[in-house]
Amino acid sequence: MHRLVLQGIGKRYGRLRALQGVEAQVESGEVLVVAGRNGSGKSTLLRIIAGLTRPSSGTVLLYENGRILPPEERRCRIGLVAVDVALYGELSAWENLAFLARVRGRPLSPMEAQQLLASVGLAGREDDLVSTYSSGMRQRLKYACALLHQPPVLLLDEPSANLDAAGAQMVERILAQQRERGLVVLATNDPREVAWGDRVIRLGEESL
Amino acid sequence: MSGAKQQLQAAWAICGKDLRAEFRTRYALSAIGLFALTTLTVVSFAVGPLFLEADLLSALLWVILFFAAMAGLSRTFVHEEEARTAPALRLAAPPVAVYLGKGLFNLVLLLLLEALIVPLFIAMMGLRVGNPGLFLLVLLLGDAGLAGVTTIVAAMVAQASARGALFTVLSFPLLLPLLIQCIEGARAALAGQSTATAAASLGVLVAYAVATGTASVMLFPAIWTEM
Repeated sequence: MHRLVLQGIGKRYGRLRALQGVEAQVESGEVLVVAGRNGSGKSTLLRIIAGLTRPSSGTVLLYENGRILPPEERRCRIGLVAVDVALYGELSAWENLAFLARVRGRPLSPMEAQQLLASVGLAGREDDLVSTYSSGMRQRLKYACALLHQPPVLLLDEPSANLDAAGAQMVERILAQQRERGLVVLATNDPREVAWGDRVIRLGEESL
Repeated sequence: MSGAKQQLQAAWAICGKDLRAEFRTRYALSAIGLFALTTLTVVSFAVGPLFLEADLLSALLWVILFFAAMAGLSRTFVHEEEARTAPALRLAAPPVAVYLGKGLFNLVLLLLLEALIVPLFIAMMGLRVGNPGLFLLVLLLGDAGLAGVTTIVAAMVAQASARGALFTVLSFPLLLPLLIQCIEGARAALAGQSTATAAASLGVLVAYAVATGTASVMLFPAIWTEM
């Protein structure tokens, strides 16, 4: 059982205020949607939750069975798919997965990698360099990499970006599976994706 | 799996990934190799006919190695930022493993660079190394210090603009004590002095590598997280 709590998150870049006083919480089985216009700080908020960016104020707390996880343990519980986070173009899909699995301390067998890649529609392309992939295929591979360690917290920034209709269906299937494993925080502008949320916060406006 | 063992395995995986990517693109190897070859050629034409003392020759060798290193050793972190792969690495790997893996990769690059440049330098300058064992020891200890410091400076400058200039400017004062001892140790080796004679330089090189390595491991997690 996991619960993510955002307490008064703020972020400033010099004089520019990207986020101010963001409050939210989401539990296992739920999807929290972060909506807002372009530049409202959605991606910044996801990066703060992931521990990639330090907030200027406020705290991110991830509870696991009632215990607050320290930042290093929190990092291990998070999977992230974002347009501005890339994979290694000089490596094949299989090499990307194997590398990320090894640094996470969970070596991956070729069979597991094949199953994972098949689940995101990349069967048969595992040995191709990622630099030869289309943007949609790269987005699918990001899902495979994010789900590699079966994270209880899945962060999705523009989840359907670059994906075709089949890819969008894949995202819905992944969301349904993630609800059983943990929680999802999703940043989007797409009204169809906003509708996936159990809770919605709108940045740049009053929180709902 | 123990934390330390997992960190070492992750570091090894990061080094392996960087080596695999480097042998496919040859970006850093080309940059430091071509820079070193060009500089070596210029130096050999300029001073080759002259009879130079061991201290001047050792200084020339380390100047070539230092600037060649400056040409390519920041690549390991700069490429992660430019290719936007750094966030994935930040999420997946423990920070200390990232520092150790990248440092190991830079060390391998330096060893490859020296495997190319040092024999050519010896041949083109008509050198006779009086104490080859000491010469190799100084090179190895110098590489360890150079790799350790350039790795953490590369991590610092990778998120800045004007990275190339910053990398050299920030590295130079930090590497100055190392360079002085490397030049002194190499001078003793070229002059054929015993290893015991160069014990002071060797001691400083060991202490430098240990001190900068330890400080880097402690500081790196703070540097590696975006502000």
